[in-house]
Amino acid sequence: MAEMITDKTMDEIEILAKLHLTEEEKEKSRQDLQQMLDYVDMLNQLDTSDVEPLTHIFPIKNVFREDVVLESTPREELLKNAPKEKDGQFLVPKTIG
Amino acid sequence: MKILELSATELAKKIKAGEITSEEAVKASLAQIAKEDQKIRAYLTVDEEKVLARAKEVDDGIRSGKYTGPLAGVPIAVKDNICTKDMRTTCASKILENFVPFYDATAVTRITDAGMVILGKTNMDEFAMGSTTETSAFAVTKNPWDTEHVPGGSSGGSCAAVAAGECFAALGSDTGGSIRQPSSYCGVTGIKPTYGTVSRFGLVAYASSLDQIGPIGKNAADCAALLEIITSHDEKDSTSMERKDTDFTSAIGKDIRGMKIGIPKEYLSDGLDDDVRAAVEQCAAYLKECGAEVEYFDLGLMEYTIPAYYVIAAAEASSNLERFDGVKYGYRAKEYEGLHDMYKRSRSEGFGPEVKRRIMLGSFVLSSGYYDAYYLKALKVRALIKKAFDEAFAKYDIILGPAAPTAAPTIGTSLSDPMKMYLSDIYTVAVNLAGLPGLTVPCSINEKGLPIGVQLLGDCFREKTLFTAASAIENVRGGWTLPFARKETLS
Amino acid sequence: MDTSICQKGDLIMKQYETVIGLEVHVELATKTKIFCGCKTDFGAAPNTHVCPICTGMPGSLPILNKQVVEFALRAGLALNCQINQFCKFDRKNYFYPDNPQNYQISQLYLPICHDGYVELETAAGTKRIGIHEIHMEEDAGKLVHDEWTDSSLVDYNRSGVPLIEIVSEPDMRSADEVIQYLEHLQSTMQYLGVSDCRLQEGSMRADVNLSVREVGSPVFGTRTEMKNLNSFKAIAHAIEGERERQIELLEDGRAVVQETRRWDDNKESSHAMRSKEDAKDYRYFPDPDLPPIDISDAWIASIRAAQPELKKAKSRRYQSEYGLSAYDADILTGDKALAELFESTIKAGAAPKKAANWLTGETLRLLKEKESEASKITFTAEHLASLIALLEKSVINNQTAKDVFAVMFETDVDPAAYVEEHGLKMESDSGLLEETVKKILDANPKAVGELKEGKDKVIGFLMGQVMKEMKGKANPSQVSEMIHKLVQE
Repeated sequence: MAEMITDKTMDEIEILAKLHLTEEEKEKSRQDLQQMLDYVDMLNQLDTSDVEPLTHIFPIKNVFREDVVLESTPREELLKNAPKEKDGQFLVPKTIG
Repeated sequence: MKILELSATELAKKIKAGEITSEEAVKASLAQIAKEDQKIRAYLTVDEEKVLARAKEVDDGIRSGKYTGPLAGVPIAVKDNICTKDMRTTCASKILENFVPFYDATAVTRITDAGMVILGKTNMDEFAMGSTTETSAFAVTKNPWDTEHVPGGSSGGSCAAVAAGECFAALGSDTGGSIRQPSSYCGVTGIKPTYGTVSRFGLVAYASSLDQIGPIGKNAADCAALLEIITSHDEKDSTSMERKDTDFTSAIGKDIRGMKIGIPKEYLSDGLDDDVRAAVEQCAAYLKECGAEVEYFDLGLMEYTIPAYYVIAAAEASSNLERFDGVKYGYRAKEYEGLHDMYKRSRSEGFGPEVKRRIMLGSFVLSSGYYDAYYLKALKVRALIKKAFDEAFAKYDIILGPAAPTAAPTIGTSLSDPMKMYLSDIYTVAVNLAGLPGLTVPCSINEKGLPIGVQLLGDCFREKTLFTAASAIENVRGGWTLPFARKETLS
Repeated sequence: MDTSICQKGDLIMKQYETVIGLEVHVELATKTKIFCGCKTDFGAAPNTHVCPICTGMPGSLPILNKQVVEFALRAGLALNCQINQFCKFDRKNYFYPDNPQNYQISQLYLPICHDGYVELETAAGTKRIGIHEIHMEEDAGKLVHDEWTDSSLVDYNRSGVPLIEIVSEPDMRSADEVIQYLEHLQSTMQYLGVSDCRLQEGSMRADVNLSVREVGSPVFGTRTEMKNLNSFKAIAHAIEGERERQIELLEDGRAVVQETRRWDDNKESSHAMRSKEDAKDYRYFPDPDLPPIDISDAWIASIRAAQPELKKAKSRRYQSEYGLSAYDADILTGDKALAELFESTIKAGAAPKKAANWLTGETLRLLKEKESEASKITFTAEHLASLIALLEKSVINNQTAKDVFAVMFETDVDPAAYVEEHGLKMESDSGLLEETVKKILDANPKAVGELKEGKDKVIGFLMGQVMKEMKGKANPSQVSEMIHKLVQE
C-alpha cells in the first residue's frame, strides 16, 4: 500500500522543496501526491530483489579533466542577471551562522 | 519558387548554388512569423534586427568559404530551454522571464559554427514538464493544422514553428517524449537521439539521466543533416558519448529489405485511438512493401514505464530546479521576511503548478524513509525495462509503434486531469528510460484534418537504421504538405 | 582518557569519559576547482574566479578534476585506508546562498576511502584512532555580513574548491589526543603535497563531535557537533566547555540534545545553531551528471610507490642515520619545507648535526621574529652549507657566522663572497693577536689581577675587549689561550 500523505508530510515537503502553499493549494497538492503515489505503487508488483538500480545508462566511467586553468567569467557578465547585488557580490537576506 | 516550402536541405543547396541568399530565406521566415505567429504563438523571442544582421554575416561567410556545411544559411528555431548567449532564455517560466545567458549551449555553438541562422526561441511547457505546451507561463501555442488543438509538448513551439513555415528546422528537447509526441501532433519529423549523443551543456536540466536535445524538421533527411551537426563528444558534458558512426545522412534512402520490424502487441491495445492504430498498421504495410519483415511480439513491462519514469524524472527535476532561488538570477519575490521566506515566495510565485507538483513528488520520493521504496525501486525497474528492450533488439532492428494514443487533443482539456496527461506518455517514456533513439515520422491525416505520426525505436546508437526506415516510409507514403502550404493563412 | 572527577560544590559526582570524533575538511592544493577550470587561489576580488559551473547557472554541468582523485588517493593511502575502487558522487540537497545549486556534490554511498587509522604516541603507549571514511566534495562560497543593509553578500570564488572530508571514529578521549590527531593529519597532508592544511587559513577545518558517558558505560551518550573552531586553542577550549556543559545537563537530570553548536572563542561558550527552516533531510541520491570512478590496482600501486617519506619515518631516520636527538628530529620534520632544506643542506656537504643546529637555532629564531615560515625561506641550502664550512674551517668565528647568517637570511648572499668582500675573516696573524692581548692586559690590571686569583669569570670581559679591539675577527679560543699564556708570564 502506498504511503499516506498527511498534512505533516506536506509541511515537510514545503520545507524540503522551499515552496509556500496556501491551505487550498496544500490540500490539492496533498490529493495529487496521494494519487500519484497510489499509482506508482504498482512498481511493487515487480520482483526486483536481484536487480541493480540503473543510474547511468551506459557503463562510462572515469570521465576526467586535467588540472589546467580555464578562463573564468568576467564578473559584470555574471552579475547581469542578479536580482540584487552589491560590491560585486550577490545580495541576499541575512543568513545566520 | 515558394521558399518556405523548401526543405532545409533543399534550401541549403540553393543557397550554396547562389540561387537564393540566406537573407532572403530569413526574410521569408520573418514575414511568415509576422503573419501567423500572433495566432500560432510558436515563438517567445524573436530579435529581427539581430537575425537580419546575422543572415548578412552568414551570406558573407558562405561566399568567402567560411560556412561550407550542409545546412549553412538555413533559418532555425531553438527551444527556449536551450541557452543562447545574449538571447533571453526563459524555459517558458516566470522564474526565468528575464534571464539572459552569457554562454551558448554546445548544440547552439555547433549550429552557429555550421552557418545556420537562429530566428528565435520557441515556446514550450514550463521547464519541459508537460505534454501540450499549455503549462507555459507566457502563451498557449496552437497547432497549425487546427488552431483549436494543442501542438503537443513539451517542444510544442518548435514543432508548430516548423509546421507553420515559421522556420525550416528546429531544435527541441526530449525527456519523456517531448520531441516525438509533438512531432506526431504537428505532422513533422523529429528524433530523440541515443542518450549522450548531443551534449547537454547549456540545456536547462529537467531530468539529467533522461534529457536529450534533438532535431525537428520537415523530413528525415533534414533531421539527419541537423543531427549530424549537433552531435559531438563534448568535454563540457561528462555524460557525452564518443560516437563513431555519425554520418546519419548516408542512411537516407538505403534499402530496407530484410529489416526486421517488431510491433509490441501491448502498444495496440484497446485504449489506443482507432486513427492511430490505423496509422501504425499503414506504416507497417509501407515497410513491408519495401521488403521489411514485420511481426507482432510481447515487449512486456509497458504499464510500469510511466510510474518508473515519473518517479525518476521528478526526483532528478526536484534537485535540478533547486538552483532557481532568486539569489543569482531569475525571479525574486518583491516581499519576503528573511532568507527562507525569500526562497519560498520566489519559487512559489515563479513556478507554475505543474512544475511545483513534480518538485513536490520528487522531493518526497528522495526523502529519508521513502528513498528505497520509491526512487531506488524505480531505478531497478528501469534496469528491467532496459533489459526487455535489449532482448527485443536482439531480434528486431526496429520497434514500430504510436507516438501518442491519439491525435492532438483540443486546447484546455488536458491540464485538469494530470494523471490522464501522464498516462498519455505511455509510448514515449520507455525510450528515455532505456537511453534509446526514437524517431517520429508523419504517416496520415485523420478525418478531423489532424496529422498522426508513428514512432520508430532503435537499439542504442542505431539512429541510421531509424533514418533509413523513416525515409523508406516517406517514399511509399508520398509527398507531405504542411498546413501553411495548404491554405492562405493558418489564423 | 580525561576522566577528571566532576565536582559540584562539595559533592563528588560520577566520573565521566569524553568521547570525541572529528570531521576534518581539508582543502586540496589543486590549481583548479573540483568540477570546473576556475582557479583555486585565495584572496582574489569577489566573484572573479567563477564560471557557469561553480555558480550554478542553468544548463551547467560538472567535469571532475583528475588531480582531486589523485590527491584523495594519496591522502587515503597515507592514512592506511581501504580504497573503494568503485566509487561515485552523490548530491546532498539543502538550500543556502553559499551553495549555488542548492545541492552540494559529495560522496555518501560509496566514498573513495574507508577504514583507515592514525597512530598517536600517548603517555600510555601507541593509540590507534580509526578513520571511518574519507570522501571528496566541493566547497561552498563565502557569505559576508553587510552592516549597511543588514544583509549577506555572497562570493562564489570558493565555491567548487575541492575538499576531502576525513571522518574519524569516535576514538579520541581528550583535547590532547584531538590536537595530536590534527597535527598528524596536518603534517601528513603537507608532506604529501596535497594541502597546506592550516586551521587559521581555512585550508583545514575541524568539526568536533562530542559526547560524554559514565566511565565503564558500554553505550555512547548523545553527541553534539561543534563548528567555528579556528585554532588549536579554540578546539581545546571548546572540548572542555562542551564536556562541562553536557555533564551539567546530565547531572541535572536533563538530556543532551543532538544539535550543531557554534563555538565562540571570545566568549568561550557555544550556542545551538537551530533553525526550524533547516530541513535535516539531505535527500542524497547519485549524481546523474557524473559517471562513476573506477580506480585500478595499477593506479593505487603507482601512488603507493610514489608516496614520499612521511614525518614519523623521516624523524626516526634523522635520529638513526644522523644521530639527531628526537627533539631536534621532531622540530625539523615538523615542517616539510624545513626538513627539505635540512636534507638539501646535507647534500650540499654540511655535517648533519651542524645543519640541524643552524636550522633549529638561528633559522627558527629569525622566522619567529619576522612572523614568517620555513616555506618562505629565501636562502639556499648551498649557501647554508657554505657558511657552515667557513665556520668549520675556522675562517670565521661563531659571532661572525651569526652576523653573516642574518644577512644571508634577508638577501641570500653567498657567505664566502660576503666574508671576503667585507674582510670578515678571522685574524690569523698570531703576532698581531699577541700584541693586542698584551695591550688589553696592560690596560686592565685589575682584571688581570682577578684572573690570577682564579676568578675565571673575568676572562669573558677581557676577551670581549680583545674582540672589540680586533673588530670581532679574532678566533675566540686563540684569544683565550693567549690571555692565559700572557697572564701566566
